[in-house]
Amino acid sequence: MKNMKYLLLRRGTQIGLMFLYFAANAYGWNILAGTFGTSYIFDTIPLADPYTTLQVLATGFVLGTDVLIGAVIITMFYFVVGGRAFCAWVCPINMVTDLANWLRRKFNLDKEEVNYRFLKRSARYWILVLGLVVSALVGVAAFEVVSPITIMQRGIVFGFGMGGAVVLAIFLFDLFGVKNGWCGHLCPLGAAYAVIGSKSLVRVKHNHEVCTECMECKVVCPENQVLHMIKKESIAVRDGECTNCGRCVDVCNDNALEFGIRSFIKETKVSTSKY
Amino acid sequence: MAHANNRRNFMAKTVQSVGLAALGGMLWSGYTDSVKASPLVLRPPGALKEEDFLTACIKCGLCAEACVNRDTNIDKETGLPRPSTLQMAKGGDAVLIGTPFFVPTEVPCYMCEDIPCVPVCPSGTLDMASLLNENQELDINKATMGLAVVHKESCIAFWGIQCDACYRACPLLDVAITLEHQKNDRTGKHAFLLPVVHDNACTGCGLCEMACVTEEPAIFVLPNDVAKGKAGDHYVKGWDAKDQERVGNAHSQTTTTEVSKREAKDYLNMEVEY
Repeated sequence: MKNMKYLLLRRGTQIGLMFLYFAANAYGWNILAGTFGTSYIFDTIPLADPYTTLQVLATGFVLGTDVLIGAVIITMFYFVVGGRAFCAWVCPINMVTDLANWLRRKFNLDKEEVNYRFLKRSARYWILVLGLVVSALVGVAAFEVVSPITIMQRGIVFGFGMGGAVVLAIFLFDLFGVKNGWCGHLCPLGAAYAVIGSKSLVRVKHNHEVCTECMECKVVCPENQVLHMIKKESIAVRDGECTNCGRCVDVCNDNALEFGIRSFIKETKVSTSKY
Repeated sequence: MAHANNRRNFMAKTVQSVGLAALGGMLWSGYTDSVKASPLVLRPPGALKEEDFLTACIKCGLCAEACVNRDTNIDKETGLPRPSTLQMAKGGDAVLIGTPFFVPTEVPCYMCEDIPCVPVCPSGTLDMASLLNENQELDINKATMGLAVVHKESCIAFWGIQCDACYRACPLLDVAITLEHQKNDRTGKHAFLLPVVHDNACTGCGLCEMACVTEEPAIFVLPNDVAKGKAGDHYVKGWDAKDQERVGNAHSQTTTTEVSKREAKDYLNMEVEY
């Protein structure tokens, strides 16, 4: 039995947070009310999605101070814990795309993977900027009109309606279309968090000395380009695209990957070869 | 040589990326622009004008949550909360997704005195200032969510049948809807009791539409932009000193019309031109 510590912790966090959001509407709880756009903890501390906030600001509307404060709080939080920790630990779409990814591995769909030439992992950064441009042009927060993330979250809190089709579409796209297609290639919110977390403190660290090069980590990693140091050197995962999901830490049988605090002072190449 | 190829490759890739971004941007803009066109939707009290509302709403749902969880929303028989007036638009609702709205025939706005949905709005989309009365208190009677409109042909009161369901349902009884008495010439001895909506008092809550007895409501709430005309500043009430001030805002407009060279009698003899 493989270690599933971080996987279970993540599912607990994701489902727990979604339940609190649901309960705010269904039972009038005030622990965590609202949706990602803006929420309040105990009716006092505002939280706001930084990318949504930027889109609305791009339209030229001057948002209320609570939203701006909330966006700053969220940005600072993920600046510390790793921007895309949102993706792995909070976002409900992550459960959908992780399921698609797991099924791909079970049914060996990865082996027939088609090389999508114009769908690169960098597409999300284009979409990130494009979302702001379209918001400014049309006068509506553009990603919020199509975002499967908030559609799914509102679905959980207020009921899905036809919005369920969008979530299903993401599932099918990731399962039969492009591996890690949505979260790893297209999602501009994930891209925004990748930028926020590119210098974050909490990082996965690799110890090359104990690594047996089994490559299990690269198999499970949804962004395995960030694990370029495997087989090479003992450094921390530095890319903002790492979601800090901890799957690599879970599957590593050699304790060669662990969460740690990134050291900015001394991050030198310890060795390029074990021998 | 390899150098030149690299440069050509780089140029081609740049052009491709920019081109695809432009294509995506146009499709995205077109889609966004079309889905925001939902002029027949009723918004919560204090909402900015529809165009600004769509820009400003951050789609957090706090207004809808405050609406369903208000203290007064407990069903006295079951002890459970009743359905919310405010719904968050879902896919397929023909309203910009994630924005709050209400449908009077499903659940009208009950015009809570404390207006729980408005102070919770974090973005400024629901404007508290627009709902303050002279004493700087929140006053739901200041709301302008829409305007009730009577369709005379299907309103049975206009047939001479006695019905005052909308008049009695109105929270601003005898203010927003009054009954106008008229003689029924058909019978010669009965009266019409006709509902008349007053624009300056009607909040657009939709309780009248909910109460209307006809198969499809003969009184219904439309958004202000759709329901109202505008006389413009050239037309002022000469007997109203305050209204007369508006003429100051009127600005002249010069138009030129090509003068017809034809004789007056030609007009009488010519075919009708469409």
